[in-house]
Amino acid sequence: MSTPFYVSPEQLMRDRADFARKGIARGRALVSLQYADGIVFASENPSAALHKVSEIYDRIAFAAVGRYNEFENLRIAGVRLADMRGYAYDRRDVTGRGLANAYAQTLGTIFSSGGEKPYEVELFVGEIGDSAEDDQLYRLTYDGQVVDEHGFAAIGGAAESVGGYLKERYTQGATLEDAIRLAVAALGHTDTDDREIAAKDLEVAVLDRNRTQPRKFRRIRPATLVEILSSVTTKPQAEEAKPAAVEPPAEKPAEQAAEKQVADSPLAPPADDGGDPPIAPPLD
Amino acid sequence: MSESRIPAAFMTPGTSSFADFLTAQSPDLLPRRDAVPGNLSDIAPHGTTIVAATFPGGVIIAGDRRATQGNLIAERDMRKVFPSDEYSAVGIAGSAGIAIELVKLFQTELEHYEKIEGTTLSIEGKASRLSALVRGNLAMAMQGLVVVPLFVGFDPDAEKGKIYGYDPTGGRFEQTGYTGVGSGSLFAKGSLKKLYRPDLDEAGLVAVLIQALYDAADDDSATGGPDLSRRLFPLVHVITADGGRTLPDAEVAAVAENVIAGRLQRPDGPIAELEAK
Repeated sequence: MSTPFYVSPEQLMRDRADFARKGIARGRALVSLQYADGIVFASENPSAALHKVSEIYDRIAFAAVGRYNEFENLRIAGVRLADMRGYAYDRRDVTGRGLANAYAQTLGTIFSSGGEKPYEVELFVGEIGDSAEDDQLYRLTYDGQVVDEHGFAAIGGAAESVGGYLKERYTQGATLEDAIRLAVAALGHTDTDDREIAAKDLEVAVLDRNRTQPRKFRRIRPATLVEILSSVTTKPQAEEAKPAAVEPPAEKPAEQAAEKQVADSPLAPPADDGGDPPIAPPLD
Repeated sequence: MSESRIPAAFMTPGTSSFADFLTAQSPDLLPRRDAVPGNLSDIAPHGTTIVAATFPGGVIIAGDRRATQGNLIAERDMRKVFPSDEYSAVGIAGSAGIAIELVKLFQTELEHYEKIEGTTLSIEGKASRLSALVRGNLAMAMQGLVVVPLFVGFDPDAEKGKIYGYDPTGGRFEQTGYTGVGSGSLFAKGSLKKLYRPDLDEAGLVAVLIQALYDAADDDSATGGPDLSRRLFPLVHVITADGGRTLPDAEVAAVAENVIAGRLQRPDGPIAELEAK
């Protein structure tokens, strides 16, 4: 009979954390930014069918990086939890905090149980309130830690350099167009150079307080993205690397973009300025 | 294993149907219940008349506001027409409480599918899901707690409005032109038969549907007509390629007042042609 090797608990946890971190680092980064009217999520994702950012409920969105099958399971569980709660109680009783807790418990349990391989995922749960101060952005790590983020955050591979880029340039109360441009520029940033990511390779979605429907989630379509990204000459704001400014960056090109963009979608009410509406919101 | 962890069933891929998931996980939340002896038809309010009709480019559904319990008026301002998603709506006749639960389940079902799958169901698919939900209520229907919906929606593929009628067993029948459901539907359909024309525009069709509801209220005590003193008017929901909208009260009030003004001249309403033109 052979004696199993002794592995200290510290070593065991470190190995599991290393394993999860490596898996996550292999993928692309995903950023999340609070802007004046909600939260924007952006990631480099050439697939139009396999989403990293999705709607969970009226005011709650989910964004994840890492292993697709694992975060897809978490997403579906989130939709089921939210719909179940909203059906059993009321739509207002579904909260982002509750969902973040459920995810945290699940990820934490899986991470520390010996039997299962840790999930190689990192995720955001975003929830918007009636004003920007009420918006919530939770970042959850593979081991079930919850971080209450303020303003902006990045997850996935290269999250540090992307997050650093955001930290230098993020301003509160930006317009949607500015927020998207900053997010995309951040995604293309590495320590060595900045590249431009084509609109078709981007997945951008927002929780938009201004939507008239109760369901506030919408995807920004590639055509709209092209318009937003091209309305400022290449490398937006990148050259004028000013530290996190206090005044909101009200640049003229952005305003023009906002005007051009109004009533872009035939389906959404005018206030919704384009983007795929969630297809079937109950109107009451 | 921690108990606060999300249960395994939630994490298991498989069904995109919320109703199926609920049946497996929390059947106690479903509107249906095990059979109880006796006829229960009089223990809870009943919703009454719903009418629907298509016009070029869309479909309109309208319902009166009354719910009755035996010979009493239980509710004067009940909602019996509900948007089920942006491009469909459901009207309900029958046992009101169960019907409203059924609609809530149906709304969640459509939204749930959309979120899980990232796409909407076809109009036929939605109608079929509603069939399954109605069929689930069969045991209660046998005891008098019948729910009969009327489902309407815009079909983006065919670019036209569609209407589906149901029976209490979940049988689903696509209707052409117009139809009605509920206690006053006999009279409403008779009225529609004479007034409806497929080439009516949206405003014209709203007027025809209000006329039909007026005729239903005229001859069926369980159907409520426009209530001028309380300013309660039928609910009218219009669905076109641009999505659905419930008409504001003021808009319906104007049409209803017009209809009533006409009836003051001729209580039986507009006269149809004697011979087809």
